[in-house]
Amino acid sequence: MTWKTTDYSGWGRVHTANGPLARPERAAALAALVEKTPAPAVGMRRSYGDACLNDGGRMIDMTRMDRVLDFDPETGELHIEAGAQIGQMLKIFAPKGWLPPVMPGTGFATVGGAIAMDVHGKNHHGAGSFGMHVTEITLMTPKGPKVLTSQKNASLFKATIGGLGQTGPIVSARLQMLRAKGDVMIVTERRVEAWDEFLALLDASEATYTVGWIDATAHGDQLGRGILEEAETGAGLIPPAKRGKRIPIDAPAIALSPSVVRTFNAAYWRRVPDKGRTVVKPIDNFFFPLDKIHDWNRLYGKTGFHQFQCVVPIEAADALRSMLERIAGSGLASPLAVLKRMGPGRAGHMSFPMEGYTLAVDFPNRHAAQRLIGELETATVQAGGRVYLAKDALAGPETVRGMYPEFSAWLKAVKSVDPDGHYITDLVRRLELRTI
Amino acid sequence: MSQTWIILGATSTIARSFARLVSDRGDSVLLAGRDMVDMQATATDCAARGAPLAETIAFDARDAASFAKILKRTSDIEGTLSVAVFVGSMPTQDALDADPSLILGTVTDNFTGPAEFLTMIAPLLEARGSGTIVGVGSVAGDRGRIGNYVYGAAKAGFHTYLSGLRNRLGRKGVHVMTVKPGTVDTAMTWGMDKLPFLAQPEKIASDILRGADRQKDTLYTPFIWWPVMTVIRLIPERIFKKLQI
Repeated sequence: MTWKTTDYSGWGRVHTANGPLARPERAAALAALVEKTPAPAVGMRRSYGDACLNDGGRMIDMTRMDRVLDFDPETGELHIEAGAQIGQMLKIFAPKGWLPPVMPGTGFATVGGAIAMDVHGKNHHGAGSFGMHVTEITLMTPKGPKVLTSQKNASLFKATIGGLGQTGPIVSARLQMLRAKGDVMIVTERRVEAWDEFLALLDASEATYTVGWIDATAHGDQLGRGILEEAETGAGLIPPAKRGKRIPIDAPAIALSPSVVRTFNAAYWRRVPDKGRTVVKPIDNFFFPLDKIHDWNRLYGKTGFHQFQCVVPIEAADALRSMLERIAGSGLASPLAVLKRMGPGRAGHMSFPMEGYTLAVDFPNRHAAQRLIGELETATVQAGGRVYLAKDALAGPETVRGMYPEFSAWLKAVKSVDPDGHYITDLVRRLELRTI
Repeated sequence: MSQTWIILGATSTIARSFARLVSDRGDSVLLAGRDMVDMQATATDCAARGAPLAETIAFDARDAASFAKILKRTSDIEGTLSVAVFVGSMPTQDALDADPSLILGTVTDNFTGPAEFLTMIAPLLEARGSGTIVGVGSVAGDRGRIGNYVYGAAKAGFHTYLSGLRNRLGRKGVHVMTVKPGTVDTAMTWGMDKLPFLAQPEKIASDILRGADRQKDTLYTPFIWWPVMTVIRLIPERIFKKLQI
C-alpha cells in the first residue's frame, strides 16, 4: 500500500497532525507519487513545531531514501539522497577524514531537512550555514526530477535553501564535505561566571567549533553563567560513543520542576573545574550530545515542550540580556539552553542566521511558558532579530514576516513552482506565508 | 580473506540494509535484481561505506537466462563467495483467490526461481569449499494460515529446499542458513494494520549477519518469533483449522 493514515507530531510534541503518509524507497516510486499527488516532503521530524506537519493532508516521508550516490575521496564532493541523516554521514565519512560541513545539534536531522531549514552548527561563525556548502539540489517535480544550481537557477535555489519545503520534495543534493584530521574532538571547557564575560569569551574565541551552555535559571550576579566549549577535530584512539538509551515512558511533570532544574544546573556548572579543562571526546558525543538518549522529548511528558530560539544583531546584545533576565525570573526554563555567536553566513531567502548572538531555551508546554515566549518574540522584533522557524510553534503571521526581509522574493519563487499550494504545511498555514 | 556477497533481490528493503552492513566491514557486494537504477544507488552507497567491489547485475527470478550471466560474472571473483537470497513477492490471498494464475509467479519468486539459481551455483561453492548461503524465508512458511497460504506454501517449499541444501553442502564446508523473519517495516508492509512485533529492516539485517557468522542453521528474527512459532506449530490441526491467526 502506498499511503498510511497515521497520527504524528514534531519534536516538541505540542502540535499533532493526522493524515496519509507515503514512504517511497526508490526514486521511481517518488516520481510516481509526486506526479499523481504532489505533497510536502518530511524527514525525521526534528523540527520542534509544525514545520513537519500537514494536518488533514498528505506528506511524503523521505527517510528511506538515504544513500550515497557519489563520493570523490580526493575532493570531498558528495552526492547524497535527501533522506540521509547527518549523523550517518558523520559515521561513514569521519574515519575517512571528511565531515559534514555543518552539523545541527541532532544527528538525526536529514539532508533534506538541513537544506529546507538552512541549519547552522557550532561552526557557524566560520563556516556559515548548511546551505552555503550545497552546490546542487535535485527537486522532484510533477514533471520529473529538476536539477538546481546557484548559477543556473539562482532564485529557485535561494528559495529552496531555508525554504521550508515549499518548492517541493528534495530528492538529493551535492555538497562539499569538510576535511578533518580524524574522528575525535579535543574540547576545552571553561566555566563562565556571568553574562558580560560570556559575550567577551564568545567574541574572542578563535576555535573552529564554539558553543555555550547557559544556566537559564541563574539570576542576579550569576545571570548568564554557563560553560563555554571550544573544540577542534583531531586524530586519536578512544573508545567509540556508547549505544543510545531510550526514554520508555512520558515523564511526570515533576521531572523538570523549577527546583529540580536549578539543582541540576548548579551541579552541571560545577562539573567543570574552576580553571577549566581540556578533554578528548568521540566526535558524535560532542556534536550530538542528546542523541545518546533516544526520545528525550518524552522527558517533558505528554503535553510536550517548546524551544524558543532567536538571533539578535551584535549591537542588540543588551536586549538579549534582558530577555535572559526575564527567562531566569520566570523559573520556567529547562536545563537545555544554548548561547552562541553567529556569523553572517546564510544561503537562502528565508534562512535564520544573521551576524549576532543566538539564544535557545527549552520550556515545558504550559500557559505561563507560552505567554513568556510571546513576550520574548516581541522583544526579538524590537531588537531587530528573528526567531527560528525550525523551532517555532507559537508565533503569529505579523511577527514573523517582518523578521524575514527577503520574504517577498521567496514567495515569488515559490509561487512560480507551486501555484496551487501542494506543498503547504501547518507552519506555513499558521504563519500565513503563502496566503498573500 | 576477502569475501564477496551475491545479493539476490537487492532492491528489497532488508537486502539494502544487509548490503550496507557487509560493506561497512569491508566485504564486496554483487547486487542482483531488476531495478538497475535503484541498485546503482545502493552500489555507490556500498562503495562509499567500504566495499572494495560494488557492482550491479540483472536478475529476475522468473527468467532463468539471467542466472547464467551471474554465474559467469562470479567465476573470476577471488576469495570467499557467499550468496544471500532476499527475493520474494507477496500478493494478497484475495488477489490470488480472484486470479489463481498468479500462484505460479508467486511460487517462482519465492521458491523455484531462487532454488534453481542456488542449485546452479552450488557446485561452484562446493568446489571452493567455503562460503555461506543465506536464504530468507518467512514465519508464514511454518503453517498454512487462512490469510496467506499460497505465499506461505511457497516459503515452506523454500525452507525444505534450504534444509536439503544444508545437508548436502554442510559436509563440503559451505554453510546454509534459513532465515524466518516476522513482519518487517518495509514498502511491502507499509500501510497494513496492526502488524505484531513489527521489526526494522536494520535489526533483521544485523541478526542475519550475526547468525551467518555463527553458522546458525535456522534463524527466527526478531527472536520473539521463535517461541511464538513454536507454539503455533504445536497447535493440533483439528483446532488450528478453526482459528483466525
